[in-house]
Amino acid sequence: MASISDFPQTPTPRSEPPSALELKLRRRTRVSSTIRYTLLIVVGLIMIYPLIWLIGASFKSNSEIFSSPWFWPKEPSLQGYVEGWKTSTPYTFATFFINSMQIVIPKVIGTAISCTLVAYGFARFEFPGKKILFTILIATLLLPDVVTRIPQYLLFRELGWLDTYLPLFAPAWLAGDAFFVFMIIQFLRAIPREMEEAARVDGANTAQTLLFIVVPILRPAIISVCLFQFMWTMNDFLGPLIYISTVEKYPVSLALKLSIDATEAFNWNSILAMTVLALTPSLVVFFMAQKSFIEGISSGGVKG
Amino acid sequence: MAELKLNAVEKTYGNGFKAVHGIDLHVAEGEFMVLVGPSGCAKSTTLRMIAGLETITGGEVRIGDQVVNDLVPGKRGIAMVFQNYALYPHMKVRQNLSFGLRLKRKPKEQIERSTAEVSGVLEIEELLDRLPKQLSGGQAQRVAVGRALIKQPEVFLFDEPLSNLDAKLRASMRVRITDLHKRLRNEGRPATVVYVTHDQVEAMTMGDRICVMKDGHIMQVADPTTLYDRPANAFVAGFIGMPEMNLVPAVLSGEYGAQTLTLDGQTLTVGPGLAPRLSHGPGPVTLGVRPQHLDLVVADSPDALTGTITNLEFMGHEVNLHAKVGDAVFVCVVPSDQFDRNLQRGDRVGLKPRVEKLHVFDAETGENFSLA
Repeated sequence: MASISDFPQTPTPRSEPPSALELKLRRRTRVSSTIRYTLLIVVGLIMIYPLIWLIGASFKSNSEIFSSPWFWPKEPSLQGYVEGWKTSTPYTFATFFINSMQIVIPKVIGTAISCTLVAYGFARFEFPGKKILFTILIATLLLPDVVTRIPQYLLFRELGWLDTYLPLFAPAWLAGDAFFVFMIIQFLRAIPREMEEAARVDGANTAQTLLFIVVPILRPAIISVCLFQFMWTMNDFLGPLIYISTVEKYPVSLALKLSIDATEAFNWNSILAMTVLALTPSLVVFFMAQKSFIEGISSGGVKG
Repeated sequence: MAELKLNAVEKTYGNGFKAVHGIDLHVAEGEFMVLVGPSGCAKSTTLRMIAGLETITGGEVRIGDQVVNDLVPGKRGIAMVFQNYALYPHMKVRQNLSFGLRLKRKPKEQIERSTAEVSGVLEIEELLDRLPKQLSGGQAQRVAVGRALIKQPEVFLFDEPLSNLDAKLRASMRVRITDLHKRLRNEGRPATVVYVTHDQVEAMTMGDRICVMKDGHIMQVADPTTLYDRPANAFVAGFIGMPEMNLVPAVLSGEYGAQTLTLDGQTLTVGPGLAPRLSHGPGPVTLGVRPQHLDLVVADSPDALTGTITNLEFMGHEVNLHAKVGDAVFVCVVPSDQFDRNLQRGDRVGLKPRVEKLHVFDAETGENFSLA
């Protein structure tokens, strides 16, 4: 019978001191990672400092903001938030947030639905004029926004849509954002068609295939699209500025500017406080969807 | 279950390329038909036309009594297993299996009963709550077969279902699928199957009949034994069999009853084993002889071809001997225990064909005229 000593012993950790070469290599690794991380931290801090300062300054008093470049408030107060929320108009910021949501939500939903439909059509079906239509779609990507501002304005004026939110979200319901259509097409191209064919063999029609098979697979891409659209629309200033004229209908982006327009000395802490609040929805939505978002933008080309 | 008929089915693509040239094929009810051929022979296209995933540009496809040309895949009464399984990645195995039934709004109890039955048959009960990405290749393949089985279709279509598996798993899945086919037949619900593969081992071991295709034409449809013993043309002869048949140019000459085959100045007498079968006059031909039907003899023996060994492949139980006769290279399979170990490259040897097993093909058309 074999005794314990017959079996090879598990190698024990070496007890002898590391050689000079090993020491040198270790030291070199340590030095290089120290330099690397220090550099990254410094650059990272420089980039994020304005944001940190913004948040800090929103808790400062108006006079302190200009007296100290350091972000930490000496006497933190919520005064900026309280004052800012009230605004100089008859409406509170709550109204402006609701207004923003009235633009953002229909726009995001419309974009997700219409861009998916259009992308699915381009990626999976053959129809007359497909090439030329796709070329036009891509060409609009290259067109600067300003070029279409005036014709669009005239069009919406004729439709009687001025001072409503329709000009801001209606184009999104018609897949007006070529970039998102392109993004979903690229994602779809990387997905093997067999799954859709299997669904058709299983008896699904085109709509069912799209809804039950394609959309779930496209989820990361669609979430990315929604996220981009959410952030861009929340931050959009020019669109509402052109089409919205009644203060009651102002979204957050315009309302922020409103506080600066006041004739008396600006309450910078209120403006900064409301800026922080205006940033919050985008940040919250981003962190909630972060996983899918990164999957969506990084796996477009390699999926499947 | 129903029979499947292809009548003069054609496929021409938009750019004018004709992939399928009016093929006729009849798959009987409960039959296991294998479509086999090299890449680009349109076997998958044919299958996809039967499935309805490709449009048919000419002829008709009938499943049972119905012409299905214009029916969508879901209405044709077919089920298909894809090469890369095509499982729905966001659904668990259970939902993958039942997707088709759920679309048809079958009662819940029936769906559950069918799922349980199919997963029992394929031994995938413990996988029901897993996602496709948590399955191994073999497991995913069984789920894909289950998804077809659960629909109880008129015709099963398999599109190279085993080519993504490793050799060992492929062999076991092959047995599983044929067993399943036999079992369904014995249970009185025979399954009509069309199975596409490029692997002749799969074709020979699984099919009741095999349809060999080339460039959108059917070369021969027959059972495996006939295909091996009586290939209709040089293409089938070369495609079926391992190592492949030796096909070399030769000249047939002499009067009926005293014909000879000449190649590279060496003459073979067409004996009583072959002569009565020949239905062709003198002229250039292609001689076909399987490596297993060549006996190794000493050089310059009568009625043998003499050549020089160019390569020796030791396979364990047998040796593949490559010998050059003139410009042609013959492969000869010799059982290891009968092989003379002293032989080596460059040695001269005699290869004596078993004349009764010879095939003679038309040099131009490739048609076998030694079948009569």
